[in-house]
Amino acid sequence: MTDNKITLAYGSGGKLTHDLINNIFLKHFSNDVLLQGNDAAEFELPVGRIAFTTDSFVVSPIFFKGGDIGKLAVCGTVNDLAASGAKPLYLSCGFILEEGLPIEELERIAASMGETATKCGVKIVTGDTKVVQKGAADKIFINTAGIGIITEGIQISGSKAVPGDKVIITGNIGEHGCSILVEREKLNLVSKIESDCAPLNKVVEDVLEVTKEVHVLRDPTRGGLATTLNEIAAQSNVGIKLFEDKIPISDEVRGICELLGLDPLYMANEGKMIIICPEIAVAAIMKALKSNQLSKNSAVIGEVFEAPAKRVMIKTVTGGSRIVDMLVGDQLPRIC
Amino acid sequence: MPNYIDEFRNSQAAQKMGNILSNYKGPLVSIMEVCGTHTMSIFKYGIRELLPPEIKLISGPGCPVCVTPSFYINAAIELSNKKDVIIATFGDLMRVPGGKSSLLKQKSEGKDIRVVYSPLDSLEIARENPNKKVVFLSIGFETTTPIEALSVLKAKEEGITNFSLLCANKTMPEALKVLTVDKDVSLDGYLYPGHVSAIIGIALYEEMASVYGIPGIVTGFEPLDILYAIITLVSNINSKKIVVENQYSRIVAKEGNQIALSKMYEVFEPCDAVWRGIGNIPLSGQKMRNKYSEFDAWELFKDLPLQEKEAVGCLCGEILKGKRTPKECKLFSGICTPENPVGACMVSSEGTCAAYYKWGT
Repeated sequence: MTDNKITLAYGSGGKLTHDLINNIFLKHFSNDVLLQGNDAAEFELPVGRIAFTTDSFVVSPIFFKGGDIGKLAVCGTVNDLAASGAKPLYLSCGFILEEGLPIEELERIAASMGETATKCGVKIVTGDTKVVQKGAADKIFINTAGIGIITEGIQISGSKAVPGDKVIITGNIGEHGCSILVEREKLNLVSKIESDCAPLNKVVEDVLEVTKEVHVLRDPTRGGLATTLNEIAAQSNVGIKLFEDKIPISDEVRGICELLGLDPLYMANEGKMIIICPEIAVAAIMKALKSNQLSKNSAVIGEVFEAPAKRVMIKTVTGGSRIVDMLVGDQLPRIC
Repeated sequence: MPNYIDEFRNSQAAQKMGNILSNYKGPLVSIMEVCGTHTMSIFKYGIRELLPPEIKLISGPGCPVCVTPSFYINAAIELSNKKDVIIATFGDLMRVPGGKSSLLKQKSEGKDIRVVYSPLDSLEIARENPNKKVVFLSIGFETTTPIEALSVLKAKEEGITNFSLLCANKTMPEALKVLTVDKDVSLDGYLYPGHVSAIIGIALYEEMASVYGIPGIVTGFEPLDILYAIITLVSNINSKKIVVENQYSRIVAKEGNQIALSKMYEVFEPCDAVWRGIGNIPLSGQKMRNKYSEFDAWELFKDLPLQEKEAVGCLCGEILKGKRTPKECKLFSGICTPENPVGACMVSSEGTCAAYYKWGT
């Protein structure tokens, strides 16, 4: 390819499209299924219950400290499969490219996706590319869908939390949300903050190996820990109480949130999992988590109660409690 | 090295002070916490839950977004409709309802409205867009006004001609006096705002004590600040010590921040101002001085709306004065919610109604 930017011609289905597919996508995603080269990927699945999920990615900026939109697109879908107790196997990916996107940036993203997929042990087996005119998209949008097989004996669902269960988070919260905010808004902050974007399938595998007694798994992405726990409380018709002093938050996230008047409980995470399990399983799960680099800061942060149903509360440092509601709209930084 | 956050969130100390308050059995005292951030912190740290019925905390009008009249939002919306105008605003104003729309709805219809973190960011937008007129929505109390003044001074220094402020800035002193003499508002003491005080100092509050006989305490926003301040103020009220204490001395100097004040006085001068839900309070606002009129959007854009019209049934005004609580408003959490706010008290992240809705048990 001699162009250095994507033009509308690359989406026409002709020679340029084929060049793009061969020189970028096949090169970086290379695997036997993808190389079949047909309209649909054909493969056999092991026997078992199938988990299937999809997600679209529109993050800006497309390259950020700790990752890029491609890595995010693979990790996001892998993590949703892992949160069902499934072993992720195959991904599809669809690209919508804005006219004018530098090809070098597309190649960087594809390389990142290929590398991440290899690390996760998944194959990207089918895909699609469209090009839209300048202004109709913001550089690049990616959709990934994923298939996995749910481990035998696992019954995980947002509706399965019961009173007496404990709530675990697999590490520091708010890192992705804060780092994206700092970069996107070009805030003049000197900080070591970076996105926690990471695949969690191996972490979940390790946990399910030591116990099948896991009731809920969910990654607290958009809306943060608070919103995700509210979803679970509603699905399971239970109350959840958090302990403010137990929630792991890095100094970087605390500093950014204090400065801007934001709440870490609502900042997105892309490399953390909520685990809700019976008390009896906590010790074994925590031991498995602590031995994995991606979950070494895991902590037990709360408990499940019968009442108040569908509500999340937090016990604060004063000993008093308050409600933790779902995020409404976007968080707005404080005026004064 | 202390970070001035953890020390003031020490849970052992907080729980000891919480117990002191929970066990209070003295006379009924009514304290107004003027500042919106205090309202928020009190809820956020579960402090309301610790207070006995004998200690009544009333939320006051110290939320600059909440007291911005709806005609101001309508004026901003009218400006956003002009093709050559870029509106720059603090995020809080985006969801405040005007007569028929909000800045957020306008933005979704393609109007050029940008959220900034600082007024100086809006000056940058003006530099980058010389063919557009950038209007910064200038609201806030004395905490925020100095930096808005600074943006005008910098614009003048650099010869920037496409930048202006639409001002609805306000000051606390006259509003506090109005509340103090209002017979329907029964107050024994004030929790004074930490960051406003960092700018204006504490002389005003000493006047409130000596002229009106109401004690007060300047305090910060961490749980230990607030708990200690309530304990001290209750004690002072009961022992009739009509004094003003400065508990936030790590930030607040007695004379305030003279540099910030000089910037503010250079650009702004007092004027009458309409407080949403309360009405006109003489000399409680700030307007741009004539010598900076080239940066005054009210001068540059004529015929902007100036008439205030409140939603029927909205109790924001009474709530802001501490006369009623959100739960007494028929619209609260029914028609008026954070997703669909009717009054500004529900929109602002520090509004009384938003705090009750979000965090009230």
